Amino acid sequence: MYARWVLTALLAWPLIAGVVVLLLPARLAKYVALAASVIEFAISVPLWWTFVPDGSMQFTMDRAWIAAWGIHYTVGVDGISLFLVLLTTFLMPLSILGSWSYITKREGGFYALLLVLTTGMIGVFVSLDLFLFYVMWELMLIPMYFIIGVWGGDNRLYAAIKFFIYTFLGSLLMLVAIIVLYVHAGNATGVYSFAYAHLLSNAKDLGPTAWWLFGAFFLAFAIKVPLFPLHTWLPDAHVEAPTAGSVILAGILLKMGTYGFLRFALPFFPAVALSQTVQLVIVILSLIGIIYGGLVAMVQPDFKKLIAYSSVAHLGFVMLGIWALTLQSVQGALLVMINHGISTGALFFLVGMIYERRHSRLIAAYGGIARVVPLFAAILTVVSLSSIALPGTNGFVGEFLVLIGAFRTYPLATALATSGVIVAAAYLLTALQRVIYNPLTQHENENLTDLTPREIAVLVPLLVCILWIGIYPKPILRRMEPSARALIEQLKPGTVQAPPAGAGAGEGEGGQQ
Amino acid sequence: MTGTTVDLIWLAPALPLLGFVLNGTLALARPTAKTLVSIIGAGVLLAAFGVAIAVFSAFTGLHAEAPVVFRYWSWIPVGTLQVDFALQVDQLSLVMLLVVTGVGSLIHLFSIGYMKDDPGYARYFAYLNLFVFFMLVLVLGASFPVMFVGWEGVGLCSYLLIGFWFSEEANANAGRKAFIMNRIGDFGFMVAMFMIFWSTGSLDFDTVFAHAPTALTAGGTAITAITLFLFLGCTGKSAQIPLYTWLPDAMAGPTPVSALIHAATMVTAGVYLVARCNLLFALAPVSSAVVAGVGALTALFAATIALKQWDIKKVLAYSTISQLGYMFLAVGTGAMTAGMFHLVTHAFFKALLFLGSGSVIFALHRAYHHTHSHEDAQDMRNMGGLARYMPWTAALMWIATLAIAGIPPFSGFLSKDEILTAAFARGSVEPIWLVFWGLSLVAALLTAFYMTRLMIYTFHGPNRTGEQEQTHLHEAPWILTGPLVVLGVLSAAGGLLNVPELYHGGEWLHHWLEPVTHPGAALRPEPPLVSGTEWMLVGVAVAVAVIGIVGAWQLLKPERLVPARTASAERGFARILRNKWYVDEIYDALIVRPLVWLSREVLWKQIDQRVIDGAAVNGAARGTRALGWANRWLQTGQVGTYVAVFVVGVLLVLWRAMS
Repeated sequence: MYARWVLTALLAWPLIAGVVVLLLPARLAKYVALAASVIEFAISVPLWWTFVPDGSMQFTMDRAWIAAWGIHYTVGVDGISLFLVLLTTFLMPLSILGSWSYITKREGGFYALLLVLTTGMIGVFVSLDLFLFYVMWELMLIPMYFIIGVWGGDNRLYAAIKFFIYTFLGSLLMLVAIIVLYVHAGNATGVYSFAYAHLLSNAKDLGPTAWWLFGAFFLAFAIKVPLFPLHTWLPDAHVEAPTAGSVILAGILLKMGTYGFLRFALPFFPAVALSQTVQLVIVILSLIGIIYGGLVAMVQPDFKKLIAYSSVAHLGFVMLGIWALTLQSVQGALLVMINHGISTGALFFLVGMIYERRHSRLIAAYGGIARVVPLFAAILTVVSLSSIALPGTNGFVGEFLVLIGAFRTYPLATALATSGVIVAAAYLLTALQRVIYNPLTQHENENLTDLTPREIAVLVPLLVCILWIGIYPKPILRRMEPSARALIEQLKPGTVQAPPAGAGAGEGEGGQQ
Repeated sequence: MTGTTVDLIWLAPALPLLGFVLNGTLALARPTAKTLVSIIGAGVLLAAFGVAIAVFSAFTGLHAEAPVVFRYWSWIPVGTLQVDFALQVDQLSLVMLLVVTGVGSLIHLFSIGYMKDDPGYARYFAYLNLFVFFMLVLVLGASFPVMFVGWEGVGLCSYLLIGFWFSEEANANAGRKAFIMNRIGDFGFMVAMFMIFWSTGSLDFDTVFAHAPTALTAGGTAITAITLFLFLGCTGKSAQIPLYTWLPDAMAGPTPVSALIHAATMVTAGVYLVARCNLLFALAPVSSAVVAGVGALTALFAATIALKQWDIKKVLAYSTISQLGYMFLAVGTGAMTAGMFHLVTHAFFKALLFLGSGSVIFALHRAYHHTHSHEDAQDMRNMGGLARYMPWTAALMWIATLAIAGIPPFSGFLSKDEILTAAFARGSVEPIWLVFWGLSLVAALLTAFYMTRLMIYTFHGPNRTGEQEQTHLHEAPWILTGPLVVLGVLSAAGGLLNVPELYHGGEWLHHWLEPVTHPGAALRPEPPLVSGTEWMLVGVAVAVAVIGIVGAWQLLKPERLVPARTASAERGFARILRNKWYVDEIYDALIVRPLVWLSREVLWKQIDQRVIDGAAVNGAARGTRALGWANRWLQTGQVGTYVAVFVVGVLLVLWRAMS
C-alpha cells in the first residue's frame, strides 16, 4: 500500500493543499501551508526505512495517461533520486516557516505557488516517463517565475524573465530531443512510448544524431546546473528572489540539472558523453566553475550574489564528480548535491534573516555584529564552515569523495579543482569577517535583535544535518551505493571495484535501519 | 580492545569536547558565569591529562610493537575507500598526547588568571577546549583523513582565537590570513591523500605503511610527489618557508593562545606528520632533502628577522618559526627522535617564554591601565629593568633563554645538539647536509643573540615604562606564576628524556620511539660518528651559543634605548630586518592584489558582466527585439503595402524563372 501510493501521494498532496490555501483567507495561508508541507515531509519519511538499497527502481507505479501516444504516468525512485526527494520535502517546511515574516503581500498566492512548486520538483525526480518528466520540468518553472517576479526585490521582473527565458530555451530543445528519441525508438521497435526504460534501451544506432540530441539535453541541464558560461541568470535570480525562492532555487532547482545528466544525458548517450571531446569540455567547464566562480564570489559586494557565485563553484564539483565516474566521485557528487541544498539553503536563510532586520544585502552594511547578535554569528560561522568543507561537517565528506574519486580519472584537473578549497576559504571567511567581525561602525547595527525562536526552528534542522552528515554519513552512502554502482557499470562496464570483504568498523550497525 | 586502561583513550579527546559544548553553551546563555567556566575549562584538561598518564602507564605494560587501533564507527565507506573513525595509541602519539594535555593544562590554568577580566571569557575557554579536542584527534587519528579532521580543526580554532578580539580589524585580518595560508597547505595534504589512496589502496596508517614499500618505487616520482605534497601541508601548519607569514600575525591572539597553539602544540603538527610518515620520507630522499633544506633555511631566515623586532611576542614568534625549522631539519635528516625531542623541549621552554612574556604584558597593561595611558604594552622599548619588579618571571625566563640558546645542561642544549650532530653526520654521506648544518649553526648563533637581546631589553638596564607607571609594576599573581615554575623545571630538566650515550645516558626517548621510527630508520640509517667528532661538535655548538649571549651582552646598550613613542626608525639593513625582509609586502604585491584585481576587474566586471551577460545574454535579447522591431514594418496591416510587396515578389520570381 505505502510502497505503491507514496510517490503519487507526494505529488498529489501539495497540489490539493495549494488549492485549499488559495481558497482560504490569506491570513491562514501560512499556517495551512506549513501544516501541509510538514505532512508532506511526514509522508516521505518512511521512504528512508522502506527503501531497499539494491540499485533498482522502487515505489513504482505505472498507469496509462494518454494511451494513444504511449504516454504513461510512471514514477519510481532509486538511490540517486531518493535523497533529492527527501531533500525537497525536508526543505519545503523550512522555506515556508522561513517566509512567515518576509512575505507580507498576497500570502495566499505565495504559499499556494510554493506547494505547486513542490509537486513539480518531486515530479522531476520521480518521473520515469519522459513526457511526464517534461511536464514536471515545466511545472516547476512557472511557480518559480511568479515567486521571483511578484515577491522579488527591486529588479525582480528582469530577473524573472531572464530566469524563465533561459530555462525555457533549454527545455524546448530538450522537448525536441525527447520527441526525436520517441520517434526513433518507435520506428525501430514499432512500440511508441515515452517510457524511460523503453527509450533508454532503444537509444542506440542514432549515429551523428546522438550528438545533436545530447547537445539539446546538455543545454537544458547545463543551464540549470549552471555550468559556465551559462550561469549569469543565477546571480540575478538569487538576488531578486525572496528568501524561500533563493533557498529552493539553490537547494533543489539547480540539482535538476545535475540529476538530468545522471538520469538522462549520460545513460542515453554514453558514447557521446564519454567521448574525449565532451569529457574535455565538461572537465574544463567544471574547473572554470570551481575557480572562476570562487574568485568572482570573492569580490562581490552583495552577500546573496556571493552565495550565488559560490553555488557555481559547488556545482562545478558535482559535474566533475559525475563525469569522473568512479564510485567515490559519483557518490560524492550526489552527496555534494544534498550538502549544497542544506548549507547554501541555510546561508540564504541567514542572509534573509539579517536582511529583514536591516534591509540591506550589502556586506559593507554590516561589520562587528557578532557582539550584538552572538547566536546569529555562531550559526553563520558553522554554516560557512560547512560550506567551505571543514572536516566534521557535511561539506567535507562530499567534496572529499568527489575529489578522491575524480583524482583517479582526471588527476591533473582534480588537483587543480582541489585548489578550490583555498578560494572557498578566501571568499567565505572574508565575507564572514566583514559581516560579523571587525569594528562595529554602523549605527543602525547596534540594536539588531538576535534570532527569534521561529528562526531558530528553521535553522536547527539544517545544523543537525550539517553535523550528522559530517560525522556519520554512512546511512546515506549505503543507500546510494548500489544505484551509483549500477550507473557506472552501465556506462563503463568493469571499472567498479568490488566492495572489500569485511572492511570497516561496526559491521552490525547498518542493520538498525 | 586490550582490556586495559588503554581502552579509555577515547576519553582524552571526549573530555575537552565536552568542555567545548558546555562552555560554548555558557558563552551564549550565561557569559558571566566565570567560575563555572573556569572549573569546566581547566577541569576537563586536567582530567584529560590524567587519562593521558593512565593510558601511558598502561601502554608501557603492554610492550606493544605495533599501534593499538580503536575503530569506533565507519565514517566514509564507499567501495574500496573505507575510512573508519579510528584512534590509535602508540609510542609517538603518546608523546604528543602527554605534551598536549600536560602543557595544555598549565596554559589553561594560566588563562584563568590572564583572561579573568575579559568579557569573552566563556567563549575563550570554549575555543581553547575545542582546540585541545581537535589537537588530540590530530595526534591520535589512525588514518590520514581522521588526522585531517584534527589538522583542519586546529586551524579553525587557531583562526577563532587569533581573531578573538575581533572588534579590531587587524586581529580579524590576522585570523583570516592564518586560515587561508593554512588552507594552501591543506590543499597539499589533500592531494597527497588522493595519491596515497590510489597507490596503496588505503588511507589507514598501518595499511599504507605496510603497502608503501612494495606499492611505491623508492625514490620514484610518485612517492616524491606524495611526500612533497605532504610537506606543503607542513609548511602551512608549521609555518615554514614559504607559508610562514601567518604566524607572526597570529600574535594578535591572547598570549596564552600563542603559547599553546602557536608555539607548543599546533605548529608542531607538521613535524609530527613527517615523523608519523617516516617510512614514506625514507623512501623519498629528494623530499627528505627538501624538508631538511627548507627547515635549515627557515631556521636561519626567521632568526635574522627576530634580531630586529621590538614587539616581545613578535621576537618569540620568529623564534618559533626558526625552532620549527630545526625540527624539520631533524626529521628531514632522518633523525626522527631528535626532531621529536626538540619538539618536546621546545614545547616546554617556548611555552614558558610566551607565558612569561604574557606575565610581563599583563603587568605593563595593568600599569598603563592605572594611568590611563595608551602605550604599547608589548613593545620592549617600553620595558627594561623589569627584573626588579618581577624577579620570578625574570629568573624563569632566563632558564628558558639558556635552554633555547643551547647552554648545557638545559633541555634545549641536548635536543638542538642532537639535530646539529645528526645533520653533520648525514653530511658525511650526502655533502649538501654540511650546508644545512652550517646554516643551522649560524641560526644558533643568532638565536642566542636575539634571545639575550630580548632578556636585556625587557628585564635589565633602566626602566622605560614611565615614571608614574613604575609604581604599579609588580609580579603577577600565583595563578600566572605557578604554571611558569612548572615549565621552568621542565625547561631545565627536560633534557633528561633523552640523554645521549655520549654522556652515558640511556637515550630513553630514542628507545621508546623505536617501534615507530624503525621502518624509516631501517631504510635510511643514520650514519655513525666517532665520539671525538661528536665532542668537537658539542664544543662548536656551545661556543656558538656562548658567543651569541656574550656578544649581545657586550654590544647592546639598553641604557641608550628610548620609549617606543619617541624612538626613531631604523636605517639601512636594520630597517630591512625590522620590516621582515618585506616578504608580506612582496606576497601582497605579487599574489594577493593581482588576484583580487583580476577577479574584480577582469573576471567579474569584464567577462561576467560585459561579455557573457552584456554581449551574449542581453545581446541576444536586444537582437531579438531588434528583429521584432524590423519585422514590425512588414506587419503594418495596410493592404496597400502588402500588395506592393506581393507584386515585387511576383516580379522577382518571374524574372528568376525567365532568366
